[in-house]
Amino acid sequence: MATPRPRVKVPKTAAAGEVITIKTLISHDMESGQRKDSEGNTIPRKIINKFTCDFNGQTVFSCDIDPAISANPYFEFNAKVAESGTFKFTWVDDDGSVYEAEEKIEVK
Amino acid sequence: GKWSRAAAQQALTENDLLDFESFGNVTLVHLTDLHAQLMPVYFREPSINIGVGEAAGLPPHVTGVDFLKLYNIEPGSPEAYALTSDDFVSLARTYGRMGGFDRIATVIKHIRAERADNMLLLDGGDTWQGSYTSLQTKAQDMVEAMNSLAPDAMTGHWEFTYGAERVQEIMDALPFPFLGGNIYDAVWNEPAFEAYRLFERGGVKVAVLGQAFPYTPIANPSWMIPNWSFGIREEDVAANVEAARAEGAELVVLLSHNGVDVDRKLASRVTGIDVILSGHTHDALPEPVIVGKTLVIASGSHGKFVTRLDVDVQGGEMKGFRHRLIPIFSDVITPDAETTALVSRLRAPYEAELKRELATTETLLYRRGNFNGTFDDLFCQALLEVREADIALSPGFRWGASLLPGQTITVEDLHNACAMTYPAAYRSTMNGETIKAILEDVADNLFNKDPYYQQGGDMVRVGGMAYTIDPQAEMGSRISGMTLLRTGEPVDPAKDYVVAGWASVNEGTEGPPIWEVVEEYLSHNPVVRLEDNRSVRIAG
Amino acid sequence: FAAAGFRAAPAVADAAATEVAIKEFTGGIIPAEAGKLTLKTPEIAENGNTVPVSVSVESAMSGDDMVESIAILAEGNPNPGVVVFSFTPMSGAAAATTRMRLAKTQNVIAIAKMADGTFYMDKKEVKVTIGGCGG
Ligand SMILES: [Mn+2]
Ligand SMILES: [Mn+2]
Repeated sequence: MATPRPRVKVPKTAAAGEVITIKTLISHDMESGQRKDSEGNTIPRKIINKFTCDFNGQTVFSCDIDPAISANPYFEFNAKVAESGTFKFTWVDDDGSVYEAEEKIEVK
Repeated sequence: GKWSRAAAQQALTENDLLDFESFGNVTLVHLTDLHAQLMPVYFREPSINIGVGEAAGLPPHVTGVDFLKLYNIEPGSPEAYALTSDDFVSLARTYGRMGGFDRIATVIKHIRAERADNMLLLDGGDTWQGSYTSLQTKAQDMVEAMNSLAPDAMTGHWEFTYGAERVQEIMDALPFPFLGGNIYDAVWNEPAFEAYRLFERGGVKVAVLGQAFPYTPIANPSWMIPNWSFGIREEDVAANVEAARAEGAELVVLLSHNGVDVDRKLASRVTGIDVILSGHTHDALPEPVIVGKTLVIASGSHGKFVTRLDVDVQGGEMKGFRHRLIPIFSDVITPDAETTALVSRLRAPYEAELKRELATTETLLYRRGNFNGTFDDLFCQALLEVREADIALSPGFRWGASLLPGQTITVEDLHNACAMTYPAAYRSTMNGETIKAILEDVADNLFNKDPYYQQGGDMVRVGGMAYTIDPQAEMGSRISGMTLLRTGEPVDPAKDYVVAGWASVNEGTEGPPIWEVVEEYLSHNPVVRLEDNRSVRIAG
Repeated sequence: FAAAGFRAAPAVADAAATEVAIKEFTGGIIPAEAGKLTLKTPEIAENGNTVPVSVSVESAMSGDDMVESIAILAEGNPNPGVVVFSFTPMSGAAAATTRMRLAKTQNVIAIAKMADGTFYMDKKEVKVTIGGCGG
């Protein structure tokens, strides 16, 4: 599997106190642990098990993920922005790898 | 209604068909499910169309004598011929072919001349697919033909089987919007098509919302449109109605490819829609179905009909309407000369091949009906013989023109029953359990009691096998008594059978195109004579 | 005909396993299926491997009127758990969308946990079909 590539959509600007919509995607097979290979051996589970969105160091939204989430996990959620700052997105893999992305937003 | 009286006369005139006392301030003209039929055709309506749940016994689930009674139509009359299947062959010989793009043009130009700035022409979709020439030109023939009528908007279904790239290419050049509020970008979960367009007609602000066939990526290959997601998306319809009203819409029209049962349910749950112009299920209803304050209009298929609906809108409310399902009797309506020339030009490069003769039929060949059609019987026989199979499966499409006994089967006729972009005639091995699962699955897509779970086709056609179906039963227990006709033995769930079929939605399906299979069969069987098909028993 | 579905999943969860999962989330109760939580799924999945699912609760997202988390469960999958979304006052709204795998036709269940210790539940059937054919 290629290195998971995160993609996020965050508005560039918002009004103070506005509730915005954020969309995130990460390329990942989400191997469920339910499949068998051609020799009949179970292919070990390897999924993104946790996703978190922080804003200026505070948690906005997070999720705990089971193997029933589709490949290339997609999360869409909201955030209330009071000030300009940076969103930080974190995906945690079963193997301990952590993938990150950041987006700035300007409050006008 | 009106055309039943006019048409009860012995000789129809063009005036009988076009006569309409204009009413109100907006005229909607609905043309849908043309399936690329530029030329007049015979088209037999179904003799069996079972409704389930709340739709049981309601139009369009009324056929034959019951239909004639319901709408007060005289047996043997032109409208009985156009709308039902009883005595079809002799009535077809009396009243002739229906449709023809140049006749449709005459009707539309006539209405436009009368109503000019009050009229909207709306295309309900399934317009680009269903003929040899549309397949050869990747819909270009139909696009040019429709453009000549200057529609105001369209939506779609089989349009998408040309693939996303081709659809986008055509849309980019269309002089009118392709609307589909229920089509989303599958990656970012965002509307991918324009949901509605506001028009001003007769001083009235009219919103036209587009609703594409909700189950396009299930009923047809999703791999051809990987980035588009569909669905009924009832909340989106409601939100778009509200948005259009907020923008000042005084009349809200849903140009829908949901099918009549789905639209009936939608109309009962979403308020604020004045008119639903319903396509997909190919029903031709001489009167609107009225659900609360919403009119549901069904305008048939294959160019047999054009609906004219005049409405009076005052103070943002529909105060009244006058409706007519105009039958396009091709021998009665004068072809529009300009359009005849256009159609000839579009067909010219293919004329020789279109006319090439393959066989003669002694049996009426037709498609429509919940369980069988003789055209499908022919396809199943061809699959069994040419692909050397135990069992044949042919999809329950509702498109495909009819042929009368004694008619020659030409390349054009054959393609009217199978022209499509995923025609591979596969040959595979399936056990009895899988075959039953397929029948149960398709039956539930047709007979689920909740219309929102219906996909609007007909039952998959089966060759080489008999079975019993109870449409009113639950998923998994509708199908019983599966019998292999060749041996007379029950189909064994554990045993493997060779199954031949076509129109698989799977990417990479292998096999010759279905038209080659049928053509090969016809080359050995130049006279088609089909026995009555009694292989499906209906229980319950 | 296309076979949509889970990638080769033999065992499926049963109603009992789902009940256990619900009680695990709620601390022992089965919430009533009414109230402020809306679960949105397609009636029929276009592809059992990627079925969109949205949840939302009308909430001020502050003080007592606060949604802590929403769990999504699938009754007919190898394991019922799908995802648990956790919200904060900075979420602004208690709404989220994701895509899930469904092994077959089944009920999808969402349960919202409110800050005041109450729960809401909503349930939708999603059909996973073979596909093909059409009008
Ligand atoms: Mn159609
Ligand atoms: Mn259709």
